[in-house]
Amino acid sequence: MAATPGNIRKKALKAAFPYTIPVLTGFFVLGLAFGILMSSKGYGFFWPTLVSIVVFAGSMQFVAVGMMAGGLEPLSIILMTLMVNARHLFYGLSMLEKYRGTGWMKPYLIFGLCDETYSILCSTEPAEDVDKNWFMFFVTLLNQIYWVAGSTVGSFIGMAIPFNTTGIDFALTALFIVIFLTQWQSLKGRPSALIGILCALACRLIFGPDGFLIPAMLCILLTVTVLRQPLEKRYDRS
Amino acid sequence: MIDRITMSTAESLIFFSLIAAVTMFVRFLPFLIFPEKKETPKYVQYLGLVLPYAIIGMLVVYCLKNASPLSYPFALPELISVASIALLQKWRNNMLLSIGGGTLLYMFLVQVIF
Repeated sequence: MAATPGNIRKKALKAAFPYTIPVLTGFFVLGLAFGILMSSKGYGFFWPTLVSIVVFAGSMQFVAVGMMAGGLEPLSIILMTLMVNARHLFYGLSMLEKYRGTGWMKPYLIFGLCDETYSILCSTEPAEDVDKNWFMFFVTLLNQIYWVAGSTVGSFIGMAIPFNTTGIDFALTALFIVIFLTQWQSLKGRPSALIGILCALACRLIFGPDGFLIPAMLCILLTVTVLRQPLEKRYDRS
Repeated sequence: MIDRITMSTAESLIFFSLIAAVTMFVRFLPFLIFPEKKETPKYVQYLGLVLPYAIIGMLVVYCLKNASPLSYPFALPELISVASIALLQKWRNNMLLSIGGGTLLYMFLVQVIF
C-alpha cells in the first residue's frame, strides 16, 4: 500500500480503534447517564450534546448538573471546575514529551485529554509503521465521539421516558474503580496508587466531604516529592 | 419532574462557557509553562510518571466521599456495588459489564432496598 496521506490516516484509525473499544462501552453508558440526568432537569434536546462537545470533562459535567440548582455563581463555578479538573494539570505534565511535534493536532489533543484518553495514550505505543500523531489524534477523537453520542442518545431517552435516575451518576464511580483496578495490575504503580488513596482518605476525614480535594492533591504532591528516590528506582527497574 | 433549574438560557450558556474555559485553561497550562523548545525539568518528568496512579486513587475516594459508615445505610450500597465491580472485573475483565452492572446494582440498592 502506497504511503499516501489517505492511507496513513486509514492505517492510524485502524490501529487506534481497538484501543478505544473499552472506552466506547464505558463512555456510552456514562454519556447516556449524563444525557438522562441533564434532561431530567429540563435541559433536553441539544443541551447534553452541546455541553459534551464544548466542555468534554466527564466528572465536571456531572458536578455541573448538581451545581445548576445553585444558579449562576461565577466564582464558585470557577473554583469548583479548578478543583475537579486540577488533575488534568498532571495529565498535561506527563504528556509534554509525547505531544511534542504534533503540529496542528496539538491544540485538539490537549483539549481532548480526558481521563480515558490519557490512560490509553500514556500506556500505548502504536506499531512502528503506524503514524504516531494520527494514532493519538484518532484515539482522542473517537473517545469524544462516543461521549457525545452517548449524551445525545441519553437526552432523548431522558425526555421520552421520565424515570427515576437516583444513583445513575454512580457510573462515573464505577469507571474510576475499573481504571484503578486496571492500573493496580501494573505493579510499579501500586505505591503511587496507595499514596493517592491514603492522602485522599486522610484529607476526607480531616476536611470533610466538600473541601478535601485541594488538600489531598497537595498531600499527594508532598508525599511523592519526599519519596522521590525510592519511587523513582521502582520505575527505572521496570 | 423534580427540581427544575431556574436559570435562563443565557445564564445557562454563561454557566457552561465558564466551565469550558476553566477546563481548557487547566488542560493547556502545562503546555504553556513548558513549551516544546525547552527541555522539561527532571522533577516534572518524575511527577508525570507517578501522579496518574495517585490521582485515580484520589478520584475513587472523591466519588465515594458522601458515603458514611456511621449512619444508615452505613455505606452499604457503595460497599456492595464496589465489591461487585471488583468481582465482575476480575471475572470477565469487561469494562461495559463492570460499569453497567455496578451502576444498575447501585441504582437498585438506593432506590429499592435502602
